[in-house]
Amino acid sequence: MVPFAGYSMPVQYRDGILTEHLWTRAHAGLFDVSHMGQCFVHSDNWEKTAAALEALVPADILNLKPGQQRYSQLLGADGGILDDLMITRSAYEGHEGWAYLVVNAGCKDADYAHIAAHLPAGVSLRVEADLALIALQGPEAVEVIATLVPAIRTVPFMTYHAAQLDGIWLHISRSGYTGEDGVEISIPSKDVLAFCDRLLADPRVRPIGLGARDSLRLEAGLCLYGHDIDTTTSPIEADLKWSIQKRRREQGGFPGADRIRRELAEGPSRLRVGLLPEGRQPAREGTEIMANGRRIGVVTSGGFGPSVNGPVAMGYVETAFATPGTPVTLIVRGKELPARIAPMPFVPHRYFR
Amino acid sequence: MTTYYTKDHEYVRVEGDTGIVGITDYAQSQLGDVVFVELPEVGKAVKAGGEAAVVESVKAASDVYAPVSGEVVAVNDGLPDSPATINEDPEGQGWFMKIRLADKGELAGLMDEAAYKAMIGA
Repeated sequence: MVPFAGYSMPVQYRDGILTEHLWTRAHAGLFDVSHMGQCFVHSDNWEKTAAALEALVPADILNLKPGQQRYSQLLGADGGILDDLMITRSAYEGHEGWAYLVVNAGCKDADYAHIAAHLPAGVSLRVEADLALIALQGPEAVEVIATLVPAIRTVPFMTYHAAQLDGIWLHISRSGYTGEDGVEISIPSKDVLAFCDRLLADPRVRPIGLGARDSLRLEAGLCLYGHDIDTTTSPIEADLKWSIQKRRREQGGFPGADRIRRELAEGPSRLRVGLLPEGRQPAREGTEIMANGRRIGVVTSGGFGPSVNGPVAMGYVETAFATPGTPVTLIVRGKELPARIAPMPFVPHRYFR
Repeated sequence: MTTYYTKDHEYVRVEGDTGIVGITDYAQSQLGDVVFVELPEVGKAVKAGGEAAVVESVKAASDVYAPVSGEVVAVNDGLPDSPATINEDPEGQGWFMKIRLADKGELAGLMDEAAYKAMIGA
């Protein structure tokens, strides 16, 4: 058990990180991510709620369909990333003006204060303290859930399905943080233990700790806030351009829009890239990246990728060195370690579209 | 043949004037899955308490210190290609190196098995 964002969390369960990681890629891994922040931003109509959110994030929120979910970032006035988050448009009758947000544990208090301070009259923030959040990830995850909620089979990636199971309310979203097919389930805290026991009774399911959560998301090329993205990085530098839809790029109207549109037009000075070190030694966070005898960047996440069966890393380099295949040198424990810029993800995504 | 232990969880199994060095079962259980090991060159002179090898698990990198001073006379060549051996059999097949002891008197400063077990609470 380790302290994490104010919670005591398991780095691993009995199987260990390597086995838990490979189990998730082959079967179904159960993650307790209840430390993450769940809240609603709501008003009496969707246009009003969407406009309030679009003043805080660069994604197109207005054109989300009911039930659709999008990844975005809360931005500071300079375009730096305050947090990254998921935003879902409600499909519940009577909740047409509601958006459901999931934010990072370490940022949630600051996020709530930031959101509340910027909402216009008529739009409100409701923080949910009594909801747990679990993720079931892996190629067998959806089949496991389908034994309880058969309708989940046809729910596409980045949309949610509401279900009642023996009187328990479940908000099931087809999404995750591993690159695998799977779901995240919001459920009242009082019901979560019994529900997890039910899932764990299925032989395809094993509990997965923070260690494998980190190696799975790293292989999937997904950012960890506070490491790969923070207030000093913009979404363009972080190679998250895909998460800013065309209408928002053209119209702006989000914090830091000047910087972000300039970086879109001219290219950023640095870019988040994947790195494949030669050999088997991992290059970890903070490792300096060198080329032509000088420092061109730094590793922001790195370790051993169990599915890659070798070391993988991501970091920022000067844009001129960001092309996949470019040779670089990493300074690992005082020694030079050859590496190459590599495309991400390191393991192909297997989302259900 | 007697085995001695350090507070940093290395062992040295003394056979004549040679010590076989590795990390303890407790150390491997704390490290978790080992994915990389770097061994010294044969012929290298190491000092008691000085860095002798590197071991990395999925979780973290860790230095391995020489329990005794002397010359590295052999290393476990197969280990870098199968670092998981350190998890499976740390005090047997998962040995790191053999050191020719420069000063047997240093052994008096190490723990015996009973003292080491007491330290880790086994």
